[in-house]
Amino acid sequence: MRVIIIGCSRLGASLASSLAASGHEVSIIDAKSEALERLPHDFPGQVYQGVGIDLELLARAGADNADVLIAVTDRDSANLVSAQVAREKFHIPRVIARVYDPKAAEAYRAMGLDIFCPTTCGIDYIMSRLGGAK
Amino acid sequence: MYVIVAGGGKIGFNLTKTLLDDGQEVLLIEKDPRKFRWLEDRLGQVVLRGDATEVATLEEAGARRADAVAAVTGFDEDNIMICRLVQKVFGVNRVIGRVNNPQNEDAFRLLGINNIINSTRLIYRLVLQEVDACGLIPLLTLKGGEVEFLETVLPPESPAAHVAVKDLILPEQCLLMAILRKEDLIFPRGDVVLLPGDQVIAAARADEVEALRRALLGSV
Repeated sequence: MRVIIIGCSRLGASLASSLAASGHEVSIIDAKSEALERLPHDFPGQVYQGVGIDLELLARAGADNADVLIAVTDRDSANLVSAQVAREKFHIPRVIARVYDPKAAEAYRAMGLDIFCPTTCGIDYIMSRLGGAK
Repeated sequence: MYVIVAGGGKIGFNLTKTLLDDGQEVLLIEKDPRKFRWLEDRLGQVVLRGDATEVATLEEAGARRADAVAAVTGFDEDNIMICRLVQKVFGVNRVIGRVNNPQNEDAFRLLGINNIINSTRLIYRLVLQEVDACGLIPLLTLKGGEVEFLETVLPPESPAAHVAVKDLILPEQCLLMAILRKEDLIFPRGDVVLLPGDQVIAAARADEVEALRRALLGSV
């Protein structure tokens, strides 16, 4: 699969390494050079410095024939806008975005975006662990 | 008129003040608590603390009855989100988005935000007007750059000088719109004769701009 990851966060960087290690073609984009340093030195994918709504940069990163785009910067708005750009301009078949705000996650899910919300995941996990304790 | 301004930086603050002085009803939204207090000290009740990229905040701000919304935060993604939400969820027609990084302008347009303020581009145009007095100065573009409105001042050696508009050889996809001659505004009908020093305003398809330049300015 050809994968583009927006945001070299801890999640973004680890995901990029794992996907690349299992043979996928990975491009990763982040505005901050320090963030890109999270990648291992022998990272085999493509690395780009810039923002995930820069159409020219996305095209250079291979958005025209990417199979997946994953938006995991630390800003909900950046992830949501990247996801919408990926869908409407580049028609990437799978677009997944991270959104911390549960309400926004709900709203944009209703608009058809594929969103995961770490806040809700955390709540669900903790609640299930505490479930037996009453 | 009720206007919502999102983002209380220098632009948002001064825009709000200007609108208030003009007697308009305004609400300024700022999410940073420190900036919010600073703004509230100066502007009072018209400042709302909240995140304008959230539906709940926009609801609280009364976005449904807003006549215009200006998204002028320092983050382009936030501005895009705010514009999209007020258009889609609240049906506001007049939505203005600030572009901080000129490279992001295409993303604004792609996502249906056509009223944008790109200060870099505005300043760039002003700079061009200062230095490039003999060229074509872009005033405005429509349809994502397909159509350009341009301005130029005819030099003495212009092939169009002393020629009537109807006798000009112009590219097909262009139109002369106005001539500014000293204090006068002249509409360039067929029998108007162009003179050196005339300030000419024209609209042209982007791919005809070069031909228009040659017709008005010669081969400079």
